[in-house]
Amino acid sequence: MGLFDRYAGLLEVYRDVRTTGADPFQIRMERVLSPTEAIINGRKTLLVGTNNYFGLTFDPSCMEAAIEAIRAEGTGTTGSRIANGSYSEHIFLENEIAEFYGKKHCMVFTTGYQANLGVISTLVGQGDHLLIDADSHASIYDACKQTQAEVVRFKHNDPSSLEARLRRLEGKPGNRLVVLEGIYSMLGDSAPLKEFVEVCKKYGAYVLVDEAHSLGALGENGRGLCEEAGVLDDCHFIVGTFSKTLGAIGGYCVSNDPDFDILRVTVRAYMFTASLPPSIVASVRQALRIVKGRPELRKQLWSNVATLYDGLAAQGFKLGPQHGPVVGVHLPDRMMAIGFWRALLDAGIYVNVAIPPATPNGVSLLRCSLCAAHTAEQLEHMIEVMTGIGRQMGVISSTPKLRVVAGAR
Amino acid sequence: MNNGTADIFELHGKVSRATVIEEICLQLAPFQAGEQPITGETVISKDLTIDSLAVMDMVMELEDRFDVSIPMNVVAEIHTVDELTETILELRAKR
Repeated sequence: MGLFDRYAGLLEVYRDVRTTGADPFQIRMERVLSPTEAIINGRKTLLVGTNNYFGLTFDPSCMEAAIEAIRAEGTGTTGSRIANGSYSEHIFLENEIAEFYGKKHCMVFTTGYQANLGVISTLVGQGDHLLIDADSHASIYDACKQTQAEVVRFKHNDPSSLEARLRRLEGKPGNRLVVLEGIYSMLGDSAPLKEFVEVCKKYGAYVLVDEAHSLGALGENGRGLCEEAGVLDDCHFIVGTFSKTLGAIGGYCVSNDPDFDILRVTVRAYMFTASLPPSIVASVRQALRIVKGRPELRKQLWSNVATLYDGLAAQGFKLGPQHGPVVGVHLPDRMMAIGFWRALLDAGIYVNVAIPPATPNGVSLLRCSLCAAHTAEQLEHMIEVMTGIGRQMGVISSTPKLRVVAGAR
Repeated sequence: MNNGTADIFELHGKVSRATVIEEICLQLAPFQAGEQPITGETVISKDLTIDSLAVMDMVMELEDRFDVSIPMNVVAEIHTVDELTETILELRAKR
């Protein structure tokens, strides 16, 4: 058996995907022009699938901070924090994130993926119990593969499903850790966090919330769902990323646990990889200042969410269950999703396509993510184009107005 | 969806092997490949059209039907319908 024989089924699916003439998983941005536009296939394209929620990737103050840091400290750290030491900037950033959440401790990681992978797999070990939402991100599932703890899934966003599983553990030894996400990355829905936290309290379980997609977007100060739900103090661990709202790359975990720092010498995804380069740390520190100082960006983001979500819903598109910076558009099957995606790209609009097995319940989606920098005109244009393609493909029905005209003949 | 059957099983306490197999076959029916019937020897990941994610979702349904939790590492070791049945019966006995 050849090494790649096991992927025969996947290869077939992938071949199908590429029959449309474009490969959604190998898109090339020939030139990125701004947070909302890039040149793709030689044409200017509207970007509505970048997770760039505040549009900070081109913020002049963040860019200047990064450039200055390169001049002062060079391009990279060339090693891990435990081997090569930390730069002052790493410590400053950790202190600032801890302060942002009102928590005592913070660790930063080289990616958000590594933060989840490392922290979750290390917090629980042999004899412990890890309980995860069925729709968890791949980084959480990969942590489950690394840990020695017993892993049980509960139904997506269903506190009673979690409660049944915690109840079944009663009388058994070992710690319980429950992992939740502020906003789920495919459909843009939020966890009923207050209810989840109540269940966790009742059964003495630790709570870890991944705010990757909710940092900046939710909460009065942009701290995420924990803040919005008023349970910041009840969440033992909050994980997040620098690669979305903060416009760079990296991850973090904050906590009040007095022994938290032991993770620095136990989490392999922290210990055995190079630390964040000075430029990234500097731009992230500046982006965090912006999140704290410019709440109008959050307002603008949600106004854009309403424009796109309500606009598409009014045309009859089937969407994720609630407003969110991620808007998932349901399509009947994989090929329809790919075809729609391709037609949108040809029309100069880029979104993500999400198909099984990367999606919950085998759904096929166009995954749109909003940016505070999108203009109302850009989004209205997008709704118009999507409506046209949707009607051509039979995904949505024609408007009643057109039917009246046809009937009057 | 929990349609109340879990409560019935809880009331009676003991669940027969046949009941568990029957429930598993019911859950797997949508994934039957062609005419080949689903039996105790059916290898879940090979003889059916079910993918790994759908297997995990089915396990979640079975967990609620029989009021047991089957950890993911245990699921990974299960190959046949018989093995899954045995696991559920063992976990119920340990409750």
